[in-house]
Amino acid sequence: MGRFLSPLAALGAAVLAALAATGRVALFAFDTVTHLFRPPFYGRELLTALVQIGWLSLPVVGLTALFTGGALALQIYSGGARFNAEEVVPSIVAIGMVRELGPVLGGLMVAARVASSIAAEIGTMKVTEQIDALTTLSTHPMKYLTLPRVLAATLAVPVLVAVGDAIGILGGYAVGVTRLGFNEAAYLKNTVDFLELWDVTSGLIKGAAFGFIIATMGCYYGMHSGRGAQGVGRATKAAVVAASVMILAANYLLTEAFFTS
Amino acid sequence: MITLANVHKSFGAKPVLQGVNLTVEKGTSMVIIGGSGTGKSVLLKSVLGLVTPDSGQITLDGQDVTTGERDAFLARFGMLFQGGALFDSLPVWQNVAFRLLRGALKRPKAEARELAIEKLRRVGLAPETADLFPSELSGGMQKRVGLARAIAANPEIIFFDEPTTGLDPIMSGVINELIREIVTEMGATAMTITHDMSSVRAIADTIAMLHDGVIQWSGPVAQLDSSGDPYLDQFIHGRAEGPIEALR
Repeated sequence: MGRFLSPLAALGAAVLAALAATGRVALFAFDTVTHLFRPPFYGRELLTALVQIGWLSLPVVGLTALFTGGALALQIYSGGARFNAEEVVPSIVAIGMVRELGPVLGGLMVAARVASSIAAEIGTMKVTEQIDALTTLSTHPMKYLTLPRVLAATLAVPVLVAVGDAIGILGGYAVGVTRLGFNEAAYLKNTVDFLELWDVTSGLIKGAAFGFIIATMGCYYGMHSGRGAQGVGRATKAAVVAASVMILAANYLLTEAFFTS
Repeated sequence: MITLANVHKSFGAKPVLQGVNLTVEKGTSMVIIGGSGTGKSVLLKSVLGLVTPDSGQITLDGQDVTTGERDAFLARFGMLFQGGALFDSLPVWQNVAFRLLRGALKRPKAEARELAIEKLRRVGLAPETADLFPSELSGGMQKRVGLARAIAANPEIIFFDEPTTGLDPIMSGVINELIREIVTEMGATAMTITHDMSSVRAIADTIAMLHDGVIQWSGPVAQLDSSGDPYLDQFIHGRAEGPIEALR
């Protein structure tokens, strides 16, 4: 009997563990948000986090968007050619970038860059007792470490997405004009005419949500890091995996909420 | 006065503290000794609320440490961590003056820096150290900076977690003397955990030995060699044979 039940028990244990982890992350996120309304606030930490998460992520997000926009133009052109619809390239590149690829690929790149570094930094602080030291110095680690990073990412990622959108469209334009024979003015006019404000804002809202996810996952896994180099390594890996998967899941849910009516 | 009454703490199925009773009188220096992994750090962290005991009561001057205003409570403490636990993103002086740069004890930056340099001088570090980063310091210097940070806001109670671990014997002696001097001149209550017997003799007024989750023996430092307690004797003489089982 036990032989038949043990796989079920293992499955049950895995499900329970996953539910418990979800609950802990949710409570952690909720706790972080409540600190937004309880002083003291650490402005300098927020500024540092904005530079680290926002400014220094510009190159990687920009390059990602540039190449994605270019590849997208080529794909849509060859796909569109099958039913003589090559002229849709400018509008589809723009819509695809701002609604979907800008936020998602930008978010994933920031997750790789930022969730990992937050988890490694906070994990190392935990392992070397710096978090305990903060507490004994009357400084709440959630206020000093978590809130500034989560707030900075939530504010900075939409801006990164906006910049990425523009660069992605530029990438599509460059390919369209130089390789696919589009007229410069016509390409730009097509882009502007077909793009709606909601296409852009929906992508920016996604960016804010992804930023929140990225920093929350980095902080959560850092704060719960195991001991030693191995513990920090595991925390870093878990933060990036969790942030990436949650970005993709949240992207689906947000798209469902925004664009099906 | 710090009092622990019947304090229990387990991690998972592993009991660490199993009914600790201990009193540290105001203005005295208590050293807690015991083997590695006997829960000495857990004991200190329980007092500070960094670890929550499963049962039992810890009081400071008669008031339960879990009640009352947490910031005001923590402001009475300074702690030197085992590895120094310096914030490596901040220069030395901002580490020392951390408490003075934010929160209730906040002062102007220049004044905080002056105070930090004064505390650095007190622990034997030159003012030039102030602008270095922790990673640029040797282990002994990091311990000194940690010590300067612990005493920066003139706390009433100072905790030292293995202050000499990882230092050479001469540097250990220097740190021990510094701790003793500072505790005496500040009139602070001190709790030190260590398994370094030279620290014990240099720092302690009273000693408590933690073994198997309880205080096995406690008494004044003068009685250390004449206790007649087989556990204590084995420990202070570092014998492999005795009532404390040693894996080999």
